[in-house]
Amino acid sequence: MNVMSRLLLSAAGIVLAGTLPASAAWQPRKPIEFVATAGPGGGTDNLARAVQSIITKYKLTDQPIVVVNKGGGSGAEGYVYGKASAGDPHKVIFGTSNAWQQPLVSKVAFNYTDLTPIAAIAQDEFLLWVKQDAPYKTVSDYLKAAAASEFKMGGAQSKDTDEVLTRMIEKIGHIKLTYIPFKSGAEAAVQLAGGHIDSHVNNPSESLGQWRGGMQRPLCAFSPKRLPQGPKITAIEGWSDIPTCVEQGLDIPQYEQPRTVWLPGKVTPDQIAFYVELMKKVQATPEWKDYIEKTLQVDTFLTGADFDSFIKQDLDHLKQVAAEQGWLVK
Amino acid sequence: MENLHELLHGFTIAVTMPHLALMVIGVLLGILVGVLPGLGAPNGVSLLLPLTFGMQPVSAIILLSSMYWGALFGGSVTSILFNIPGEPSSVATTFDGYPMARDGRPTTALATAFGSAAFGALVGVVLITFLASWVARVALAFGPPEYFAVYFLAFASFVGMGGAAPIKTVVALAIGFAIAAIGIDTVSGSVRLTMGVDELVKGVSFVVAVMGLFGIGELLVAVEEEVHARGVSSKIDWREVLRAVVRLPRHGIALLRSAAIGCWMGITPGGPTAASFMSYGIARRFSRRGQHFGTGEIEGIISPETADHAAGTSALLPMLSLGIPGSATAAVMMGGLMIWGLNPGPMLFVDQKDFVWGLIASMYVGNIVAVALVLLTVPIFAALMRIPFVIIAPLIVIICVVGAYSVSNSYLDVIMMLGFGVVGYLFKKLFYPLAPLVLAIVIGDKAEDAFRQSMLLSKGSLGVFFANGLVTSLVVAGLALLLLPLGLQIAHVLRKPGERKSIAPDSEDTTRQKVRVT
Repeated sequence: MNVMSRLLLSAAGIVLAGTLPASAAWQPRKPIEFVATAGPGGGTDNLARAVQSIITKYKLTDQPIVVVNKGGGSGAEGYVYGKASAGDPHKVIFGTSNAWQQPLVSKVAFNYTDLTPIAAIAQDEFLLWVKQDAPYKTVSDYLKAAAASEFKMGGAQSKDTDEVLTRMIEKIGHIKLTYIPFKSGAEAAVQLAGGHIDSHVNNPSESLGQWRGGMQRPLCAFSPKRLPQGPKITAIEGWSDIPTCVEQGLDIPQYEQPRTVWLPGKVTPDQIAFYVELMKKVQATPEWKDYIEKTLQVDTFLTGADFDSFIKQDLDHLKQVAAEQGWLVK
Repeated sequence: MENLHELLHGFTIAVTMPHLALMVIGVLLGILVGVLPGLGAPNGVSLLLPLTFGMQPVSAIILLSSMYWGALFGGSVTSILFNIPGEPSSVATTFDGYPMARDGRPTTALATAFGSAAFGALVGVVLITFLASWVARVALAFGPPEYFAVYFLAFASFVGMGGAAPIKTVVALAIGFAIAAIGIDTVSGSVRLTMGVDELVKGVSFVVAVMGLFGIGELLVAVEEEVHARGVSSKIDWREVLRAVVRLPRHGIALLRSAAIGCWMGITPGGPTAASFMSYGIARRFSRRGQHFGTGEIEGIISPETADHAAGTSALLPMLSLGIPGSATAAVMMGGLMIWGLNPGPMLFVDQKDFVWGLIASMYVGNIVAVALVLLTVPIFAALMRIPFVIIAPLIVIICVVGAYSVSNSYLDVIMMLGFGVVGYLFKKLFYPLAPLVLAIVIGDKAEDAFRQSMLLSKGSLGVFFANGLVTSLVVAGLALLLLPLGLQIAHVLRKPGERKSIAPDSEDTTRQKVRVT
């Protein structure tokens, strides 16, 4: 290529760039891959597919989107894949807080700093559930009974959000719990319905069917205020009738599971801005509201410095719990 | 007969033109993903899921479940024709299906498999129809110790009843357990046996293991023996299909026994894989032609296929009534249910009668549509066997490589798959059985989780395995199966002290070897 043609090309480039609107500084140029750090059917997978269908429906980008599942190793597979794709802005990783929690407690080959945070776009609440015919009606009854005999608490995975919350309940409620890890919250719910464990801390959607069916009921919500009112779930109660744990004297004001979106490392600010905008547009649609409502999550949008400080705060807290439990990996 | 009434109402929902059309489309797509390498039912269903968001829930579930039936049938095709099982539950079908196909009877093998699969599925649906509430309660009785006891029973039936030397079976199981342990451990949350390879954190995929062990392993043996150099001459014969199906009732006992095992394992958490393996193991023990198993016995195909489909169908019930997905595909469908605004759980049967009974009715109709469609395709698939080995062999390698790669777009998986090919070859040459190895890879980690959860519950006391009638009877049955061959051998030795026979030779592999040489 000679000097002349190079000059012509750059001149053409400047002219072209001038005609583009400022907001379209960067656009994806090939198919976008949504990496769900969960197996098909898991919460993170459902989220990625919901976002995909909304983007496709409203044609928010010209490029096609494919969802791939990399849920091996409690999601580590997907994060490691994201780390290995550094510099590739056509891969978007969908995860949870285990992006920063997992590296702290097990020897996985990634850390959240290997990825570029885009946003936290939804939050799942946690509740304390017991079997329908359990004798205790309030949290203090539960704590009293648990102090007398060591209760069995079920949850999804080990040293993950469920177990962290279990350890917090132990500490603040002055009781001792035996934590039994299962593969998923759904499994823990069935074990509770069968009376094989005493309680679990499932997300609302994981135990909704069981509550309606009169097999288990929530004692309290780990949330600063009561859950939003919706249609009644059982004959007499809906989500907003569940007291918060603080109301019931168990002083854990807030515990949530954020759904997080990441790009691989080494991407440009333009590319980050594109995806932040994209997620904002997705959140503005009625389909998104519908999805959030049906899966009983809380709509939220954290990005930039807010998201960073959220991660820091959560990480500090987890470090404290993990150090107390001796979970930290050297 | 309130259920019967509900079912009839369900039929009025399921048997409408649009729904029948959806069934046909679903089944055809299902057969396609079942036959294509590396796709399989869970992927197929999740690809289709976004399309269903705008549909009525009943129409959506009919489409997805029809695809599931199609994929289950399609998965048996590759097992029988090329010795490549597409789903864990169709591994046991390869043991007799593949030898029969190689023997020049692919039409019979396929038609028998489809016919008995349809029978198993129908028994499963009948069970769901009439015993829904009872079944849901049974499933709740299963805690970690009971889960472990069920898995233990499946393993024990292999050590005790497998044709191979028990010690070789145990060695194969042990290697399988070690492979299943790779990756993140559920109970401790720590990373195990990755040997510094970061990618191994996801564990070893079943597809990678079986494609190598069966597909490539068998190919290496075949190349060495140079007997497959010609294609099998099989005529395209519709009468052969009909004859195979008509002949099925003669094996009534095997059909009923396998359906019973399948339903039992489907309701309890054993699932289709354990069901098909157990059914095969027990059939080999009790069939009059048991010693011929592994050479292309009809009952060696009937038993695993019937049990697989009976279990696969009845496993949908816990999903609907309790919200426990019995398989990966059921998990995807459950995700769909949530998005359609339905909540799987006990209230589904009360709140969403149209949905539930429409689905159950569609299971009857969908299975009939599926079996009719696959039986029509039998001669076409069977014709594949006429292609000479020199062309088929590279095709099998391509199927295996693409299949292994497409699991998670990873070259490491391809390398591992080839490694498993060598392991499969060595196992065959040294007369080690492959089935226990695969069984341990598939349900080994589940058995381990259940055992350790039990130990956490009981604070380390083994008494938890004898704590109630259910778990005790399962464990005792497992122990009996495990010790049966030992007891028989001791009795044999005591009776004829002079004539000391060595441990039973590996009937499956030696006979298979003989067939190949002749």
